[in-house]
Amino acid sequence: MTAIAPSPRRDDDRSGRELAPQGVQVKELAFKYLLLACLVVAVVFLVILLWSIVQKGWPRLNLELITEQPSRRPQRAGIQSAIFGTLWVIGLAAAFCIPTGILAAIYLEEYASPNRWYNRLIELNLQNLAAVPAIVYGILGLGLIARGPLGFGFVVITASLTLSLLVLPVVIIASREAIRAVPNSIRQGSLALGATRWQTVQRQVLPAAVPGMATGSILALSRALGEAAPLVLLGGVSFITFNPDGPNSPYTVLPILIFSWTIRPQEEFRVAASAAIVVLLVILLAMNSLAIFLRNRYQQRW
Amino acid sequence: MPATSRPQRAAASGTTPPSLRRSRPRYAERVVEALLMIAAFVSIATTIGIVIALIPPTVDFFGKPEISVWDFLTGTDWSPLFAAGQRQFGVIPLVSATLVITAIACLVAIPLGLGAATYLSEYASRRVRDVLKPVLEVLAGVPTVVYGFFALEFVTPFLGRVLPFEIDIYNALSAGLVMGIMIIPTVASLAEDAMTAVPNSLRDGAYALGSTRRQVSVRVVIPAALSGIVAAFILGISRAIGETMIVAIAAGGRPNLSLNPLEEMQTMTGFIAAAGLGDQPTGSVGYETIFAVGTLLFLITLVMNLISIQLVRKYREVYE
Repeated sequence: MTAIAPSPRRDDDRSGRELAPQGVQVKELAFKYLLLACLVVAVVFLVILLWSIVQKGWPRLNLELITEQPSRRPQRAGIQSAIFGTLWVIGLAAAFCIPTGILAAIYLEEYASPNRWYNRLIELNLQNLAAVPAIVYGILGLGLIARGPLGFGFVVITASLTLSLLVLPVVIIASREAIRAVPNSIRQGSLALGATRWQTVQRQVLPAAVPGMATGSILALSRALGEAAPLVLLGGVSFITFNPDGPNSPYTVLPILIFSWTIRPQEEFRVAASAAIVVLLVILLAMNSLAIFLRNRYQQRW
Repeated sequence: MPATSRPQRAAASGTTPPSLRRSRPRYAERVVEALLMIAAFVSIATTIGIVIALIPPTVDFFGKPEISVWDFLTGTDWSPLFAAGQRQFGVIPLVSATLVITAIACLVAIPLGLGAATYLSEYASRRVRDVLKPVLEVLAGVPTVVYGFFALEFVTPFLGRVLPFEIDIYNALSAGLVMGIMIIPTVASLAEDAMTAVPNSLRDGAYALGSTRRQVSVRVVIPAALSGIVAAFILGISRAIGETMIVAIAAGGRPNLSLNPLEEMQTMTGFIAAAGLGDQPTGSVGYETIFAVGTLLFLITLVMNLISIQLVRKYREVYE
């Protein structure tokens, strides 16, 4: 340590060796690769998961899987009613949670004063709701929506409402970020020209924030689409061999069908479950790609 | 005092001065604001809804002569769906199973999540980040039912081959391991946020004193971001406690007071899912146990979430 170091930030090997005691170089490298290994474990796990499920489901990955209805005979069981059920449940959930979430986000970003206690309460409440276990939302759906005061029963609308409450915090948080990304100069320009607060929001802020909100909403819906836990309590596991025809129809959805096939003893059902998982993952991948495409294509850089 | 504080308050909330204000009140603006506020209150209503859904059946449950809160919290025998007279309501087996599986998940998720966060925040170049971050996002986007299927179908048989012990078909170990991988993105992304929020001046100071990158990461950045990192851990633990599908599929359905991770055991969430599958008639004891266990689960996760939120606020106050 007698030599005066030329520059401690230089990255070449020599300065490091002069500065640090013997053995540090090895430790440095080992530490770096140890950290990298943490990420590699995650990547390898993901690859093995996808590979083994595709391999197992391969024999059942054909058109019949989609055109056939669930059946007690595993070789012929298909997923059609679950696909239509998923479309109904997620479509209705989107119709409820996207407008509510966006309006709430506008309130929190453009109107709410953080000095008011109730606005701080909403803030805290939102952060907690985002971390409440999914199964607790199922209990909410069971106690208040399926039975209890609303009493809709185990039907599509019950599942939609429950799932939309589950992903509402996600929609709100994503929409708030999109609104926050719109620079204040735009708002001030609009207000200076005499526009009211709502005119400013409606004609300046919202159009600029739409791509971000769309991306966030799609990601929230893809979370709802993969969610099974709350629906286990809401009758989604029943044996449905017909497509739902409205909000009051009994239903099953893809993740739940996968669950009910997984817990059956026959090996053939596990193969069918693998094939259904591949379909589910392809749908989710398509939604995520759309979200990323929208973000990259339409998002404005300020 | 009031005379001076009023204009100050008006200035702080950003309202226009009186000379510029319109003479005619704009009612539509008021209506819009009220509508937006109602939308924001839906989230409050959700929390109230959860409490309203949980409390009455829970109160009914503990109102039964055969059940007391004390026996529920300390009893070691859980068989609520048996016939009257034979059933026992001690929740300890479910809680211990939850803790065993959560502990295994944390042993996986906390070191790997922290390592991944440190690499992404302190080491990775832009290009490497652009490749690795989406992998974590994909991992976070895989439905939990898929993780459960993978644990039961692939991880358990694999463990059976490599471990020198007998292992149950349903077991805590494979559920915990897979759950740990599932939680890595939660821990990593929150911890990375906390580390990125550490100002560069701290890093530069340490480099100027001759520190290596590893020393800067371990002795400067991680301690400086500690409250955020701990918040990430707590949120990860809270997710592990509340996770349902993995344990419902891979950990089994037998309440089992045991710390042996090779055995089958039922967690709190696993019980709720299993009881829900059985379609308990409204008002029956089986129906009410769902809510009693749900209340316990909600309270545990609520406390952990609030601690985590508080810790995140702390580091935000310091650095932002």
